[in-house]
Amino acid sequence: MSKHIHSFNPNDPKVAKIADDVLRPVGFNSRFHAWMGFLSIILVACLYAYYIQLKEGLIVTGLRDYVSWGMYIANFVFFVATSLVGMLVTAVLGLIGYEWQKPIARIAELIAVAFAAIAGLVIVMDMGRPERLANVFIHGRVQSPILWDVTVVTTYLVISLLLYLLPLIPDLAISKGRLKNPPQWMYKLYDVFSFNWTHHPEQFNILFKAVRILMILVIPTAFAIHTVTSWLFAVTPRSGWDSTILGPYFLSGAFVAGSAALIIAMFFFRNSYKLKDYIRLSHFDKMGKLLNLTALVYFYFNINEYLVPAYKMKTADAIHLNELFTGHYAALFWTAQILGLIIPMILLLLPKMRKPLPITIIAVFVLLGSWFKRYVIVIPTMAHPYLPQQEVPVEWIVYKPTLIESAVTLGALVLAVMIISVLAKLFPVIPIWEVAEQKEEESK
Amino acid sequence: MSEKNKKRSSEKVNNTPIDSRREFLKRFGLVGAAGAMGTAAIYTGYKFEKKKGKDEYVTVLTDDNKLVKVPKDQVQEVKLDKKALQTRGRIGLERRRFVMVIDLAKCQNARKCISSCQEAHQLRPHEYHINTLKMQDTPNTAPYYMPKPCQHCDNPPCVSVCPVDATFKRQDGIVLIDNQRCIGCRFCMAACPYSARMFHWQEPMLTDEINKKSLQYEELLNKGEGNTSLAQQLKQEITYDVERNTPQKKGTISKCLFSADKLRVGQLPSCVSACPNGVFYFGDENEDAVTNGTSKETVKLSALLKENAGYRLMEELGTKPRIYYLPPKNRLFDLPESESTSQNIHV
Repeated sequence: MSKHIHSFNPNDPKVAKIADDVLRPVGFNSRFHAWMGFLSIILVACLYAYYIQLKEGLIVTGLRDYVSWGMYIANFVFFVATSLVGMLVTAVLGLIGYEWQKPIARIAELIAVAFAAIAGLVIVMDMGRPERLANVFIHGRVQSPILWDVTVVTTYLVISLLLYLLPLIPDLAISKGRLKNPPQWMYKLYDVFSFNWTHHPEQFNILFKAVRILMILVIPTAFAIHTVTSWLFAVTPRSGWDSTILGPYFLSGAFVAGSAALIIAMFFFRNSYKLKDYIRLSHFDKMGKLLNLTALVYFYFNINEYLVPAYKMKTADAIHLNELFTGHYAALFWTAQILGLIIPMILLLLPKMRKPLPITIIAVFVLLGSWFKRYVIVIPTMAHPYLPQQEVPVEWIVYKPTLIESAVTLGALVLAVMIISVLAKLFPVIPIWEVAEQKEEESK
Repeated sequence: MSEKNKKRSSEKVNNTPIDSRREFLKRFGLVGAAGAMGTAAIYTGYKFEKKKGKDEYVTVLTDDNKLVKVPKDQVQEVKLDKKALQTRGRIGLERRRFVMVIDLAKCQNARKCISSCQEAHQLRPHEYHINTLKMQDTPNTAPYYMPKPCQHCDNPPCVSVCPVDATFKRQDGIVLIDNQRCIGCRFCMAACPYSARMFHWQEPMLTDEINKKSLQYEELLNKGEGNTSLAQQLKQEITYDVERNTPQKKGTISKCLFSADKLRVGQLPSCVSACPNGVFYFGDENEDAVTNGTSKETVKLSALLKENAGYRLMEELGTKPRIYYLPPKNRLFDLPESESTSQNIHV
């Protein structure tokens, strides 16, 4: 993004080749309809589960007065975490001056947009009275971290959306005439969103500047969204949450989850969209190294987060840590740590493991591990308050997510996948002009 | 049909311009004259009433025990609708600092505080504003019973984190919850180290009953019997009172309120007066006096705390509770069984 284009010819045969390759999967074919139909059926079931929750109240979940935040909040943290990959790939790598990530940057932004948008929805699913959401704006109090969270998640969503849409403008101008039998509305959409782009150098100049400003802005915003999310926990006096490093701990974990999600998406688009020439082996290799780096940083924060209190074993911390290390949550905790972090870290050191298939399998483990890690961050702390839990039915003390709760949680994931699916079929997932420019540079 | 109508209406329009104009002027004159006379009459009456009101005064006793004179025309009867109750509920009682002392040496787990509280606030048996816990501080020390209401902290973590100001701290020290504003995010529950808050996961116990009463009240209103004592009573029961947090609401938080509605009329909180064992003292820190709910004996707060080594729960968290505990020493009854509490050693 840093270099200036002096002349760009959209009719250059090289550009045309890229455009044709990238545009081949664009458009809503019958396979896409079948896939969306499948997702819709699941979504309807999940919506029905949410309807039951609205009607009966949160009693249909496993939540009670002691564990009053459960799977929904863990899922919220997971969604916010995963969305951070947009900022990592586009802004951090981009501002450093790397070029290799350009073909996959748009996929990263897709994940960022979809997961940030649904994260807000996940919070609403957890509310006892979602119809009073407007109260947050009418009666909002600035000292509540929830208000900070609403502000920064919205800001991040807007910036990510712009980082997705702005580099799309030249591509849509290139693609407008090249779409094969597009529906009328699709042509119109391309026409409107290409904003009369003529590939003039001055236009590129403005685009570079705008994107650069957004890349700079998105870094503090992304840091803010996950730091503030960690503060939803860290501002309370409960053991397990009452930690000064929770912000960076969450942030480093977010990059792990996001990188894993991006690798899975890359694998999917490479094979299903036949983009092997664009999402190349070197991308998987480099993403593997990036995932390993982020995992290493996260591992370092894990050691700090668990080892330091475990050395002291203060009374309340001891109860919490014993539950995690050897108690009720030990299986989940160690599975998430070993299968979701430590073994992937070791495996990714081997170049063989950074090939598309092995690294995707590893990424699936990392992503699942990330989800369960958030579960063991949220629930065990709530299950062990300072004062004893007495004179309540046992199901009020032991948290077990219900089917309805799981269905609503799944619904959020289905929605995110639907957003990605639609956008990936509507617009090209590989930036045409940036790849063309890159190839030009390489051939020089 | 519609064509016919159109025809008719167009005929009307065509036939009436001169007529209607004359008619209009005539009517305008009449209405204008009547209006002017009426306004004049009202204005004269208003002037007269205003003068009358200025000359006459009413003597009123204010909240802080001052007798003041107020012009009669300024006097307004307070209509205690939901909004007025919410407004005065947020302000609280002036110049009071309510405080509770719980004598652990006297608690025998009679659980009368709990049942009276649940009755006053329309709660089910497992929904607690106050609960009595079996405690054992260390394996070598004796177990004891500890009534645990909301601590009404002076530095309340729940109030800090509330995104919508639904839970708030009043000038008299009480922390209340407005269930008409609560969005049900449960951040306050996560923030409270005392697990003092409860959530309405399902429809509250009396929802059906309250709904029936609302219908009954509406019927009475329609019949024009809104002023009967039955109607007034129904109205009071169905109107949300933030100082009692009733009627309770699904999907919102509820919590101990120190029976703020009773304090307003000079009564002790439900739990305090229900205790058969003299566990609770309640009073005003500003007066340095607390009254025992069972014996009705009033003692000096500072002396009570000093002589009995009063303490507050989890002082180290800096929440500054308004509830003091007196240690469980010299108990005159059997100890609770140690075994049953050993898993619940508190920290």
